[in-house]
Amino acid sequence: MSLRTRELTSLLVVGTLVGFGFASVYIAKQEVINSASLSYGLFFLGLYIVAHAIARITVPDADPYLLPMAGLLTGIGLTEIYRLDENDAFKQGLWIVIGLSAFAATLFLLREDFRRLESYKYLFGLSAIALLLLPAAPVLGKTVNGARLWVHIGSIQVQPGELAKICLIIFLAGYLREKREVLAQFRLKDLGPLFAIWGCAMLVLVVTNDLGGALLYFGIFLAMLYVATAQVWFVLAGALLFVGGAAGLYTVIPRVQERVEIWLDPWSDPFGRGYQAIQSLYSIANGGFGGTGLGQGTYTDADGHRLIPSLNTDFIYSALAQELGLVGICGFLLVYMLFAARGFRIALLAQDGFSKLLAVGLTFAFTLQAFLIIGGIIRLVPLTGITLPLVSYGGSSIVANFVLLALLLLVSNRANEGIRR
Amino acid sequence: MNHQISRLAVASLVLVISLIVGTTYWQAWAAPDLADRRDNSIKVVAQFTIKRGEILAADGSLLARNRPRRISGKTFYFRRYPQRERFAHAVGYSTQARSRSGLEQSRNDFLTGANANLSTLLDNTLDRLRGATIEGNDVITTLRPTPQRVANRALAGQCGAAVALEPKTGKVLVMASSPNYDPNLVERNFSRIQRGAGPCGVAPLLNRASSGLFAPGSIFKVVTASAALDTGTYTPNSTFVDPGYCIEYGQRVNNYDTSTPFGTVNFTQALVNSINSSFCEMGKKLGPAKILDYARRYGFYEDPPVDLPSGERAPSGLYKDGKLLRRSQEARADPGRLAFGQERMLVTPLQMAMVAGAIANDGVVMKPYLTDRVRKPEGTQLLKMKPDELRRAVKTETAQQIASMMEGVVSGGTGTAAQISGVRVAGKTGTAETGRQGRNTTWFISFAPVDDPRVAVAVVLQNQSGTGGSTAAPIAKQIMEAILRSPSKGSR
Repeated sequence: MSLRTRELTSLLVVGTLVGFGFASVYIAKQEVINSASLSYGLFFLGLYIVAHAIARITVPDADPYLLPMAGLLTGIGLTEIYRLDENDAFKQGLWIVIGLSAFAATLFLLREDFRRLESYKYLFGLSAIALLLLPAAPVLGKTVNGARLWVHIGSIQVQPGELAKICLIIFLAGYLREKREVLAQFRLKDLGPLFAIWGCAMLVLVVTNDLGGALLYFGIFLAMLYVATAQVWFVLAGALLFVGGAAGLYTVIPRVQERVEIWLDPWSDPFGRGYQAIQSLYSIANGGFGGTGLGQGTYTDADGHRLIPSLNTDFIYSALAQELGLVGICGFLLVYMLFAARGFRIALLAQDGFSKLLAVGLTFAFTLQAFLIIGGIIRLVPLTGITLPLVSYGGSSIVANFVLLALLLLVSNRANEGIRR
Repeated sequence: MNHQISRLAVASLVLVISLIVGTTYWQAWAAPDLADRRDNSIKVVAQFTIKRGEILAADGSLLARNRPRRISGKTFYFRRYPQRERFAHAVGYSTQARSRSGLEQSRNDFLTGANANLSTLLDNTLDRLRGATIEGNDVITTLRPTPQRVANRALAGQCGAAVALEPKTGKVLVMASSPNYDPNLVERNFSRIQRGAGPCGVAPLLNRASSGLFAPGSIFKVVTASAALDTGTYTPNSTFVDPGYCIEYGQRVNNYDTSTPFGTVNFTQALVNSINSSFCEMGKKLGPAKILDYARRYGFYEDPPVDLPSGERAPSGLYKDGKLLRRSQEARADPGRLAFGQERMLVTPLQMAMVAGAIANDGVVMKPYLTDRVRKPEGTQLLKMKPDELRRAVKTETAQQIASMMEGVVSGGTGTAAQISGVRVAGKTGTAETGRQGRNTTWFISFAPVDDPRVAVAVVLQNQSGTGGSTAAPIAKQIMEAILRSPSKGSR
């Protein structure tokens, strides 16, 4: 079976699963089986078959499991969003269409040779910084829940940080490939860029109050630096610098302080600052071993008021954990694990430094982002407001992660092509 | 570079595995603890998906039922209280906004079917798997609607409470507290309840019958008399000389009416006419420890053992700054004033009904209870409460001596307003003066018929200008009459 046929078969399985998911939500909510619920599944499958066709044309030798896994994740997310609010699900569906268009565009534009990107690395680096600081701009920027992460263009709100993540990875892949030998010698004068990026992370923290974003960007940087230079010392020093910097800023930025305090003891203020974190834990605990079943979870009080704010974005994991239960949510987490495993496999198979670093950066970014938000919800790390990749409601995140997926497929295609040849 | 990539891959796997472990902790390990937490709003909502059992009066009339409402595909059961204010304090309420009170709280396990034994647990689990609604068990109370209505009407517009017990069993037949409230308003119109706060200024949610603390005045003389007679220190024929007052610590403590001293009287006359000076003398001879020991035998210094939530019960005893006086400080209490019910003594109407009930029951205090039986939704009986002795307070002989003295109170003493034609009634009046006009707390405790007691009552009224005999005794009489008229067995 060719790689693409495997992809198609997997997509059919995913489409069936998502169709079942939608049907069960539909049954739970409307109490009658309706053809509309199945048509959602069919539409969804149709979308991914188009994406598959594009992959067949542009990246025939790419990894066959990444697209179906992305399909499964968006499908699960869409089902849960649909279950929470049908209007949001419609918008999310549109964003998935836009995301898949961005996916197709990326594949078509870079199908000849994605390594062209390397020559624009500094442009990407500057874009990353510009995008990160954009929300701080006086007119465009918007503060939501205390973090300044949003830019609004007309009526559309965009979170530029998500795109900045990809620009940053492309820049780092190019920059570190060029400088890895020099950096590995560990001379003080070469450590300038390291400090520069650390400074940027701290700046992001100060300007946007976004601890999650800062952790994510700096984590990606350290991981790629380690892969490029093989110096564990860099990682340790970087981690120390980050913790030191964050601790220094801790007293200055009340939001960060609040996050850490709630992390350490959410029950210190159960109806105030700790409310969201605590109710989200109750939601997870209510799922138990087998879960309540899709559409059967409790997310509102008897008057229909939502119990947990931002349930469909930052806290979608709590919603899923309740309805899928321990069994289901472990399966869900395994999808992330498999996604990471396939991503790292691509990095291992890639032949040149830029491709390897790019694949590593993209894969680790995906995994780390999932870890930070889920870990925040289950109190492994302080809770931050970042999205669960491909699952949370939110356009910027969906589009950015589809571009990430397209880039991974491009790297994979080139690597497998090389092996076949 | 591949070496580093492998290591990073392993690190990433560890990250995801830590998520799996963390989630397992919350869903499997910590879940039972989280489910029990009071701020768990999911569990609060879940309570309303259970079809709670009904609460019924002794005659089968509905006190609390469910009104199902479908909200976004789920059926929620909200409480309705068809009798509105009448049983508000005993039955309580079950709401989202303000949690639960009364029997709705204390019998929540029965009402939600959570009184798990293995078979019901299995049934419930199967029901949940099938998606069927969990049904709770019905609670049938000991409360009697007609006497309860009589009590509510008599108390209307005043601040006070009334409790009626069946002396031989401890069944609570009437539990009324005024001002009261409509439990149907608790969920959505709570402000209306608060605006309805009566002249006594305290929120109407307070169950004055079981947790209201009042100065007892002369009804406490029944406790003093128990100590005096039961210890053998005095007999019913012991004599006292009443000068109209009593000297304590060099100070005069006056009788209720100090202008007409009774002269030489015996014990019986002292209780019938509620002569403070005689009890003052008794108290000085007995000492505070002995009097309080007898108070403890009647149940003072512990929450009345009725099946209401602990927050809705208060222990009677000597109080200082809102707290019970510590035992070590009791020796310093003023025995003379204590003997006739002053000296920081505070009691609940329920406690005083228990005292009257014990005298009626030959000296044995029965544990008061509101839940008569519990039945499954399909009607089979799950549980029947059995009467339970709290303890013997006084000897049978002592109880009979005091009973006949209390009968004298009603037949020719301070409590004549409680007379019922054809029925032998025993009672004791109490008037706790605050020294300000119209601010007396008045009491009447009684039981009837004396030869075969079927009801013991305590009535308290706040902010009165009259005496216990003129204000509280007529209410106690009406309640006793209503109970004696109505059949003792439920009609359903």
